[in-house]
Amino acid sequence: MDFGTIVEILDSAVRLGTPLLLACLAGLFSERAGIFDIGLEGKMLMAAFFSGAVAAVTGSAWLGLLAGVGGSMSLAMVHGLASITFRGNQLISGVAVNFLASGFTVLIAQSWFQQGGRTPQLSGHARFEPITLPGASAVKDVPVIGPLYSNLISGHTILVYVAFAMVPLTWWVLFRTRFGLRLRAVGENPESVDTAGVSVIRLRYTAVAITGVLAGLAGTYLATGLAAGFVKEMTAGRGYIALAALIFAKWRPVPALGATMLFGLLEAISNRYPNIDLGVVTLPIQFMQAVPYILTVVILAGFIGKAIPPRAGGQPYVKER
Amino acid sequence: MEKTPKWVDVALIPFLNLLIAFVISGIVVLLIGEDPIKAIKVMVSGALGSPYGWGYTLYYATNFIFTGLAVAVAYHASQFNIGGEGQATLGGLGVALVCLALPWPHWSVALVAAMIGGALFGAAWAAIPAWLQAKRGSHIVITTIMFNFIGASLLNYMLVNVLRPRGAMDPATARFARETYLPTFHDLPVIGQFFSKSVPANISFFIALLACWLVWILIWRTKLGFEIRAYGRSESAARYAGISPVKVIMVAMLISGGLAGLMAINNVMGQGHRLVLNSVEGAGFIGIAVALMGRNHPVGVFLAAILFGFLYQGGGELALETTIPRELITVIQALVILFTGAFDNMLRAPIESFFVARANARKEA
Repeated sequence: MDFGTIVEILDSAVRLGTPLLLACLAGLFSERAGIFDIGLEGKMLMAAFFSGAVAAVTGSAWLGLLAGVGGSMSLAMVHGLASITFRGNQLISGVAVNFLASGFTVLIAQSWFQQGGRTPQLSGHARFEPITLPGASAVKDVPVIGPLYSNLISGHTILVYVAFAMVPLTWWVLFRTRFGLRLRAVGENPESVDTAGVSVIRLRYTAVAITGVLAGLAGTYLATGLAAGFVKEMTAGRGYIALAALIFAKWRPVPALGATMLFGLLEAISNRYPNIDLGVVTLPIQFMQAVPYILTVVILAGFIGKAIPPRAGGQPYVKER
Repeated sequence: MEKTPKWVDVALIPFLNLLIAFVISGIVVLLIGEDPIKAIKVMVSGALGSPYGWGYTLYYATNFIFTGLAVAVAYHASQFNIGGEGQATLGGLGVALVCLALPWPHWSVALVAAMIGGALFGAAWAAIPAWLQAKRGSHIVITTIMFNFIGASLLNYMLVNVLRPRGAMDPATARFARETYLPTFHDLPVIGQFFSKSVPANISFFIALLACWLVWILIWRTKLGFEIRAYGRSESAARYAGISPVKVIMVAMLISGGLAGLMAINNVMGQGHRLVLNSVEGAGFIGIAVALMGRNHPVGVFLAAILFGFLYQGGGELALETTIPRELITVIQALVILFTGAFDNMLRAPIESFFVARANARKEA
């Protein structure tokens, strides 16, 4: 395996890790505010469809982005309504959101485009195009740094850079602003936030809305950046892998970057080498695909450092009377 | 404090929630430019209008009874088992291994062995998440989701690399011997005349009914069931009463996984006669909707399973006869879960306060 191949695999890992990263940060906001969200998959799928559909019709990836975020946001509000206003079971609501997206997207796609539940192939400005960073072609031939800069760092779509920028931004918002402090408090001990005179309901809705936007970006990237259009069930479990990454990262933004890129790397490796021969045993592709889930179970089991979720997670807040 | 009448809780509120789910589904059908009334007609005639339709409706319902009961039993112990899909997948593996292992002389012997195989594999797949929840406090919802994916990968591996007959292209096991085929409704005395030859509904349906009854006995007529319900209502009270949380979680989840695994006698042994990829077809998830709608009671689960069997078969016909894709059923399923589960308080709160106010007014008068 030469250096060029390694750069290629890493590049592919970044592409595949980006939707996971966006979805993981989406889940981070919601769960830090005490709203469990197993509906990331559904929100991404909804965003993937609406971004793909609107981009196909208008020929603009940016309008697609807007529609994608809108689609994701509508499901985020359903989840908010169920878990905050009606104090329902957040897990059940998440399950419902996933099925709603899974059925609805195919139904509408078939009705609008009659292509068996997919959108037309996107091309030109309907997709987010790769951005060549300044100097990428100039340093291309410099050894080591050249390929790293021009192939790995440069040449991604805007959404990839947005996703990476979201990591420090999320950290800053959560740990350096008053809003972030309150958001974390509402996920640990909503009574204290309420006592301080801050609206629990409003905070939680805000968190759920941020989740909607970020999951919308994740889905939009799938349909208009990674692929060229929406295909039925195109999220293919990525929402759950993002959830796994969130637990893996113990609900912290910087480790979330590490976890999602690790899972992206695993996918990139298994795409390139379906069966890995370790000499003693050959790892089949099915094992590689299951690794993120197995790792998550191991982490949850607490054998490698314990993952403790926000304390008030999953519980509706009932104001004392 | 006055309580609301029981019929409101078990009949009126589920009915209204279901009604809302269907009305919204109708609006969705309108939105995609189709006629909802026509859609209902196609579904009813497709699912109930012929022996063929009935046979499929009951076949699907059998799957959903098993997975619905699986969710319900776990739910009584306040465990949300979202892993029915994976447990049923593994159950399929167990049933297939049993069917292929020996030259079975008669289907009845094979069925008993297959039931044990399916239930054991299903229970085993629930055992690890259950143990992690009971001993290490790992959230069962997340671990069972992860086990669904791991189970899918495992089955994929087994079918592609181990069980696929030499020379075969598609990832599936060999066909089972004829002797293991379960009698279909057509083969049965008396009721056989009502069903056509090709129906997949088979005697697993009666085993599903038996399972409903046994679950009822277990939950409401045994000490173990009492412990499960007590723990489900209040962990601290149950602990104080000397009930072991580890035991309750483990037992409830093993039974739950076993029930989900048992589903495979219907879809693998009764219908497919071999194990293919994705033979569960989402039945594990539909079990969630079925249990929610059936209020986790076996009778409710049975009725809800019949309804979803109808929807599933009707939806298939809908896709054949109209331009509405069968994913409409997924939307209906989602709306049923949403309204009977997550949005339950939307109607419950106002309706309950209405009945309580009425009862109070009567008392004063």
